[in-house]
Amino acid sequence: MTEAKSVKMSYDVAGGDFDRAGEASANIKRMLQKIGIPADIVRRVAIGTYEAEMNVLIHAGGGTVNAEIFTDHTVINISDHGPGIPDIKLAMQEGWSTAPDYIRQMGFGAGMGLPNMMKCSDKFDIQSKIGEGTSITMEFNHISEDL
Amino acid sequence: MQIKEVINSLNLNLLTHTGDMQMEVTGGYASDLLSNVMGQAEPGMVWVTMQGHQNVAAVASLIGLAAVIVAGGAPVEEDTLKKADANNINIAATDLPAYVVAGQLYALGITNGK
Repeated sequence: MTEAKSVKMSYDVAGGDFDRAGEASANIKRMLQKIGIPADIVRRVAIGTYEAEMNVLIHAGGGTVNAEIFTDHTVINISDHGPGIPDIKLAMQEGWSTAPDYIRQMGFGAGMGLPNMMKCSDKFDIQSKIGEGTSITMEFNHISEDL
Repeated sequence: MQIKEVINSLNLNLLTHTGDMQMEVTGGYASDLLSNVMGQAEPGMVWVTMQGHQNVAAVASLIGLAAVIVAGGAPVEEDTLKKADANNINIAATDLPAYVVAGQLYALGITNGK
């Protein structure tokens, strides 16, 4: 059995490092553009990844972003060893947030991140364990709606 | 309408140097919630906000916005401008309140593009 060819990218996200926030999503975006993935797909991947990156930075004290780009789809996994999410159903509700005030003042923490990730991906999975961390996997098909 | 004409018409103070001034403006969006902007704004739009921190440049770059207009005399951090210039994003500032900026954009024929 031969494995499908893919491009793999991996980035560490440091907790609270707003200076470097968005580096992983920006690099993944550039790679997808270079490969020639349609612009609307690239945008969805970039937004979903950025939201996840910010969540890890704000809530989990750091984590890892892994991207695997195949011919027909891209898989993004973001995992952390943060506190975990006690009630995923509640966390997925638009408007629900546990972000501190200083984060809200920056225009984050409006409880839109997880719902945004689900909306912009074609497949969304979230696993979380209290005290162990959270892992989010998003899949994006490379079929453009703009065509 | 090109972003250059919008910036001139509204007499905005352009703070960045590397952005595409010929970019066609496709519409406008106003919000201070970054996730809301990421969920709703579309490429080529101008974004009116009171946020001036560097994540604004990151969001604008991810979406492919024509420009960010920081309204109400809100401060724009130096790091924001550096990040914007590194990513060829236009950032312009004005003392006009966000509401007035949005009204002026509408008067120019820039609607929400939908």
